[in-house]
Amino acid sequence: MPKNVRISKGADIKLVGAADHVKGDAPFPASFALKPTDFHGLTPKLVVKEGDEVKAGSVIFYNKDNEHVKFTSPVSGEVAEIVRGAKRKILEVRIVPDQDQKFEQFDVSDLSSTEKIKTVLMSSGFWPMLKQRPYDVIANPHLKPKAIFISAFDSSPLAPDYDFILHGQQEAFQKGLDALSKLTDGKVHLTTRGKSTPDATFTQAKGVELNTITGPHPAGNVGIQIHHIDPINKGENVWTISAQNVALMGKFLMTGVVDLKKVIALAGSEVEKPRYLTTWVGASMKSIVDGQIKAGDNRIISGNVLTGDASSTEGYLGFFHDAVTVIPEGNEPQFLGWLAPNFHKFSLSRSYFSWLSPNKKFALNTNMNGEDRAYVVSGQYEAVLPMDIYPVQLIKSIMTNDLDKMENLGIYEVIPEDFALCEYACTSKMNVQSILRDGLDVAKQELG
Amino acid sequence: MQFLKNILDNLRPNFEEGGKLEKYYKGFEALETFAFTPGHTSHKGAHIRDAIDLKRTMFLVVIAMVPALLFGMWNTGHQYYLSIGELTGLGEGLMEKFIFGAIRVLPIVVVSYAVGLGIEFAIAIKNNHSVNEGYLVSGMLIPLVLPSEIPLWMVAVATAFAVIIGKEVFGGTGMNILNPALTARAFLFFAYPTKMSGNAVWIPQESGMAGVDGYTGETLLSQAYNAPVGAEFGGVAYDAAGQQYGSLADTMWASFWGWIPGSIGETSVFAILIGAAILIFTGIGSWRIMLSFLVGGLTMSMIFNAWGANAFMSVHPLQQLMMGSFMFGMVFMATDPVSAAQTTTGKWIYGFLAGFFGIMIRVFNPAYPEGIMMAILFMNVMAPLIDHYVVEANINRRLKRVKVAA
Repeated sequence: MPKNVRISKGADIKLVGAADHVKGDAPFPASFALKPTDFHGLTPKLVVKEGDEVKAGSVIFYNKDNEHVKFTSPVSGEVAEIVRGAKRKILEVRIVPDQDQKFEQFDVSDLSSTEKIKTVLMSSGFWPMLKQRPYDVIANPHLKPKAIFISAFDSSPLAPDYDFILHGQQEAFQKGLDALSKLTDGKVHLTTRGKSTPDATFTQAKGVELNTITGPHPAGNVGIQIHHIDPINKGENVWTISAQNVALMGKFLMTGVVDLKKVIALAGSEVEKPRYLTTWVGASMKSIVDGQIKAGDNRIISGNVLTGDASSTEGYLGFFHDAVTVIPEGNEPQFLGWLAPNFHKFSLSRSYFSWLSPNKKFALNTNMNGEDRAYVVSGQYEAVLPMDIYPVQLIKSIMTNDLDKMENLGIYEVIPEDFALCEYACTSKMNVQSILRDGLDVAKQELG
Repeated sequence: MQFLKNILDNLRPNFEEGGKLEKYYKGFEALETFAFTPGHTSHKGAHIRDAIDLKRTMFLVVIAMVPALLFGMWNTGHQYYLSIGELTGLGEGLMEKFIFGAIRVLPIVVVSYAVGLGIEFAIAIKNNHSVNEGYLVSGMLIPLVLPSEIPLWMVAVATAFAVIIGKEVFGGTGMNILNPALTARAFLFFAYPTKMSGNAVWIPQESGMAGVDGYTGETLLSQAYNAPVGAEFGGVAYDAAGQQYGSLADTMWASFWGWIPGSIGETSVFAILIGAAILIFTGIGSWRIMLSFLVGGLTMSMIFNAWGANAFMSVHPLQQLMMGSFMFGMVFMATDPVSAAQTTTGKWIYGFLAGFFGIMIRVFNPAYPEGIMMAILFMNVMAPLIDHYVVEANINRRLKRVKVAA
């Protein structure tokens, strides 16, 4: 039975610079990168060295814990540089593309069995698009998840509109869904925004459970949807994948070539003309933002303002990101900032004046607006987390490394992005997402 | 404000690593961040953060207490003039009364802040942690729950006790079990009971003062406590000048506005409700705790009404709630987020029981006619237990789901 969920907790943070529904083309990037750091918990094993020629779809590295899970080049060209960090950890594999693209050809003629689908997805580099809960890591191909969840919309601030991005890609999307449905004995859940008319790509999808969810952000977070539709219990696994990745996967399964061209939203108050751009997975940030952003000290974010990664013009688009957001840095001290009226600041509480203008859009910067403190205020996290979970108690159990408590309080149901609004709202300026990530790492280590 | 920034920028090297005042860095930091909200930017997680911080939160709570403080100053003067039989009209001598009260009250506020913040800074510097803004509120709460006649050295001792034993031994703001301001009051109560209760402490007295005919200095609570069985409370109550209130409605009227003897900030229901409105509207005070506290108090008062064994039990529930520290406790003490229950369900239970026990202790207390402080402190201790069971219920729900699924 499809479910129609309604949530009331949460908050929509309205920001200046939403992407117009116009599609442009970003220039072909002069450099690409595949970043092992995009895949949490991955230990990569490199198979290329600097100077190697690769095709689009050639293996760059694989997962040390499961050598069948390959990570492949989004483009054909030459491996230009392998960037390493502390302890020689691999941070980026940079590839300078050829002018004319060459593709590895994968055999996608027979997709009749689960094993065959798994094999082709793993060897082509599409498998890592599947994420697993608990623990928010790449799906373990040895498991059968109880269900696969796809959110058909993103509700975060300045989020890309998948109805717009995937318009007309019905065939590829359906192909992806068909493959996914073979990976689970349970259902494939596709959840659209309630009280809206989603694109036909979603409404015409077959072989899925078409749910709706109505309410403010984080309604679009797949974790919230899972919690209300078919919650994860101890010992269960659920896989998730983003809507655009389903279409990319579907396109691959139709053609057999790795073509990772995708549409992203370029948004934020510091973007000259916020709009949608066609670019590639792993594209250099320079190709996306060069000449597009206003002068000044800006933060370029791969992803959205709540969960994205800080990047720069020297950085690269994250593997899972469908947006690039540019906002001003906020590194100027403010005289009596805690006392000033601050009409330009936004607060979920009524301690500033943003409640006077509920429809006003704000150009927020990266200032912390305060200093780190112990927990004093209660009830803030609960107000923005539409789950039957005690967020503060869960975070405290992680801080005290109390594994039993973490389990009991439902750590396997959540991933950092679900707590992003809690982090936003926190008076004590706790870095909730990274604390939760630590907790997930501990739980994964101890419980597998 | 560039010049102030320049001064701070010039001073900073002295406090930074290698500077000669290095160990006082946390003290410097507290003052600097007070003047300038720092330009820290987010490095992990969410790139944007809510405008609210602890300084703003605490500042708004202080703002919410200002009506009670200002009224308390005037009322201190008013009660004094009533007791000597001068300027007895409410509108008469507004400034004289206010200034008289301010002279009595402000030193208490100053001592409370000076001692409390001094200790906070010292401990922050010693333990190298940031000075927490929590004391900005405690420092104002302490004077408001004391009688205006309290000797200043007692204020200092109680404040020191509250900050050190009530808070810092547990790890500072956010870690304390008991409400620090109530800890200060409880300390004074048991250490120096003659200065905290009885008839002599509420109204300023000057040596050799006789007072007008009928003057006793008794609070309404004490009158209700001592009223003969069967008496109609409104009819027997009298004000500081010894004038009888004509009816219950008159007593309620006086209690609502607050021109009655009592602790500095607790008498005026009206001023406290302004504070409550600020706290609830800004979302800083928990309306759930306030509402359930009110319901708890009403419930107990009505039970006593039905029982009616003595005059104190028979006091009209509304009158009961408007006397003493019930309203102040409800709005400013029970809602302290650190010492209250922290789960939503827990807040309802905590508030209700605090109000319920508050009136129960007030009426049953053989020593003195008040119990809100005791009830809130008791519920502070019980709050973690309430939360524990609320969270356990959530855990059991989750476990049950597994069994259903299996």
